[in-house]
Amino acid sequence: MTLFGVSTQALFGQLLLGLINGSFYAVLSLGLAVIFGLLNIINFSHGALYMIGAFIALLGLEFLGMNYWVALAVAPVVVGLLGVVIERTMLRHLYKLDHLYGLLLTFGLALIAEGVFRYFFGVSGESYSPPEALQGGVDLGFMFMPLYRGWVVVASLTACVATWYVIEKTPLGATLRAATERPQLVQALGINVPVLITATYGVGVALAAFAGVLAAPIMQVNPVMGSNLIIVVFAVVVIGGMGSIAGSIVTGLALGLIEGLCKLLYAEASAVVIFVIMIIVLLVRPAGLFGKQA
Amino acid sequence: MKLKKLALAAATTAALASAHAQISDNVVRIGVLTDLSGVYSDVSGKGTVVATQMAIDDFIARDKPSFRIEMVSADHQNKGDIAANKAREWFERDRVDVASELVTTSVALAVQKIAKEKNRIALVSGAASTRVTNEDCNDVTVHWTYDTYAVANGTAKAVTKTGGKKWFFLTADYAFGHSLEADASAVVKANGGEVLGTVRHPFPGSDFSSFLLKAQGSGAQIIGLANAGGDTINSIKQAAEFGVTPKQSLAGLLMFITDVHSLGLKVTQNMYLTEGFYWNLNDETRAWSKRFFDVHKRMPTMVQAGQYSSVMHYLKAVKAIGTDDTAKVMTQMKKTPVNDFFAKGGTIRDDGRMVHDMYLLQVKKPAESTTPWDYYHVRATIPAAEAFQPLSASKCPLVAKK
Repeated sequence: MTLFGVSTQALFGQLLLGLINGSFYAVLSLGLAVIFGLLNIINFSHGALYMIGAFIALLGLEFLGMNYWVALAVAPVVVGLLGVVIERTMLRHLYKLDHLYGLLLTFGLALIAEGVFRYFFGVSGESYSPPEALQGGVDLGFMFMPLYRGWVVVASLTACVATWYVIEKTPLGATLRAATERPQLVQALGINVPVLITATYGVGVALAAFAGVLAAPIMQVNPVMGSNLIIVVFAVVVIGGMGSIAGSIVTGLALGLIEGLCKLLYAEASAVVIFVIMIIVLLVRPAGLFGKQA
Repeated sequence: MKLKKLALAAATTAALASAHAQISDNVVRIGVLTDLSGVYSDVSGKGTVVATQMAIDDFIARDKPSFRIEMVSADHQNKGDIAANKAREWFERDRVDVASELVTTSVALAVQKIAKEKNRIALVSGAASTRVTNEDCNDVTVHWTYDTYAVANGTAKAVTKTGGKKWFFLTADYAFGHSLEADASAVVKANGGEVLGTVRHPFPGSDFSSFLLKAQGSGAQIIGLANAGGDTINSIKQAAEFGVTPKQSLAGLLMFITDVHSLGLKVTQNMYLTEGFYWNLNDETRAWSKRFFDVHKRMPTMVQAGQYSSVMHYLKAVKAIGTDDTAKVMTQMKKTPVNDFFAKGGTIRDDGRMVHDMYLLQVKKPAESTTPWDYYHVRATIPAAEAFQPLSASKCPLVAKK
């Protein structure tokens, strides 16, 4: 049986792969959306922090014997704390200025982080093996599915849903959203707004580190792994609507699928298809698919 | 008659006396223009600066030249325009005599053109494209270490001959990838194989699973990787993940020892590849590589070893004829065979191609590797005459003229 001139087997396979990539896009763009939505910072260091997350897993294993599951918990905490330091010492001075300053600062931080890691580890990077329990795979009939990739989908979707739930459905999330819209009012109610903001940034970048650890067994861990991905993820955020939490998750998954389909039908265009969609969306709905129109 | 003899003697004396003066300002300056921070910095990068310094130190210690030698180095960031500016600055202002290394094709092509214009020498080690000695060849450029023809030819021929007849290519979608694919396809077909399909992936990529799935479904025995660096590394890693290997085999058309080092033997084992140098070939290569390792903390790639060899050959030529005049040095370099740890009986052809033996290598199984960096079985030595594109197929005008 064929569809679009390709067998349905191949089609299912490619769609599944698209879903896997899409779940990466979702976690990364979610972190960006949280940070932009609540702090109004365009966090260009997101890719570098994702890379640092992967390196924490790698170095933890090499020097401390830290296994994958521990790394999955430790890396987000470490990078989250790093984020707290960045926010407290640098970013907070920029809130009153134009978005551009935050973008430039975080871009500079990303370049520094990449340069430092490149100096110590070179550009080829190192391999990180999936944990014992997730090695191998299952034959789905239409494709061979590595267990680890299945885990990636489950773990990232869980993280996405949990984050969305906390922000949109809990009192804490309500406070957060209130604090960003009317900081003075919320402060007057006795809530420490600066701490909330710092914590939000920490959680946002922790998501990047979480994605980094998830990616480590799939991609070679190297200093440029983040910068290769970050541009695509930014496009996802723009398409979804800057700052829209649910939008970034849905768009991430959808674009992963579209990209997967494009790789099957016309691979040469797969690198640009997301940007073509971005341009169309910007023309038709400048605030993004899920953004609030101004 | 007597007068004639006297004149001859006088002329000879004058020639000898002026030998020193013929080295411009009595300093030979060697520029190393390479990728010190980007994707090729492991393959060439700082290691080529180390190798150049070793060549200069060794030459001074052994040959005791009467002239001074200086080295300058710069990062061209894999951009042709940056490289071109730097080369101009070196040639015009800093009186640099030779620009060397020049990894990535765009850089090599830009700099060799400027070298011709300024009448200086370009020694290419890291760049891969055969264009350097074909359409864009000139008489001041030498392409030293390898090219796409040599590496694709060696690997594709060996794999096809040992039964890998059905191929599928995974190709980086830019000039270099296309040229590698074309070179390899021709060899596969010439040896009785067939190419079942090809997929062009965006450059650079990070997820190759979709493309590998296509290759998996193609029914090919061999998946040829017409890409390089991080793309090759991730292709190999993900092929293992998706169970593509070991049912189908991969052939890396351009791979370096640093790629194998980075991936580990578990995923690369049994792969064939072709290189112009391997540190563990014989006592001579081991001795040199050990010295290199002591400084650089990594074993040399073929680009780094080739860099040493080319700089040494250049310096010897300058000493032999006592001048750094471009045309004379080029003639001397082409006249003299290259005999060192890197090449035995290597010669520089009219098109600027230094032809030397290449090695068909197979990656060892983890259990077979006894020492660090002990990665390859040497499966065959491809003689210089067969390893490179024959002159009869050359598109270089310098060859056609003859």
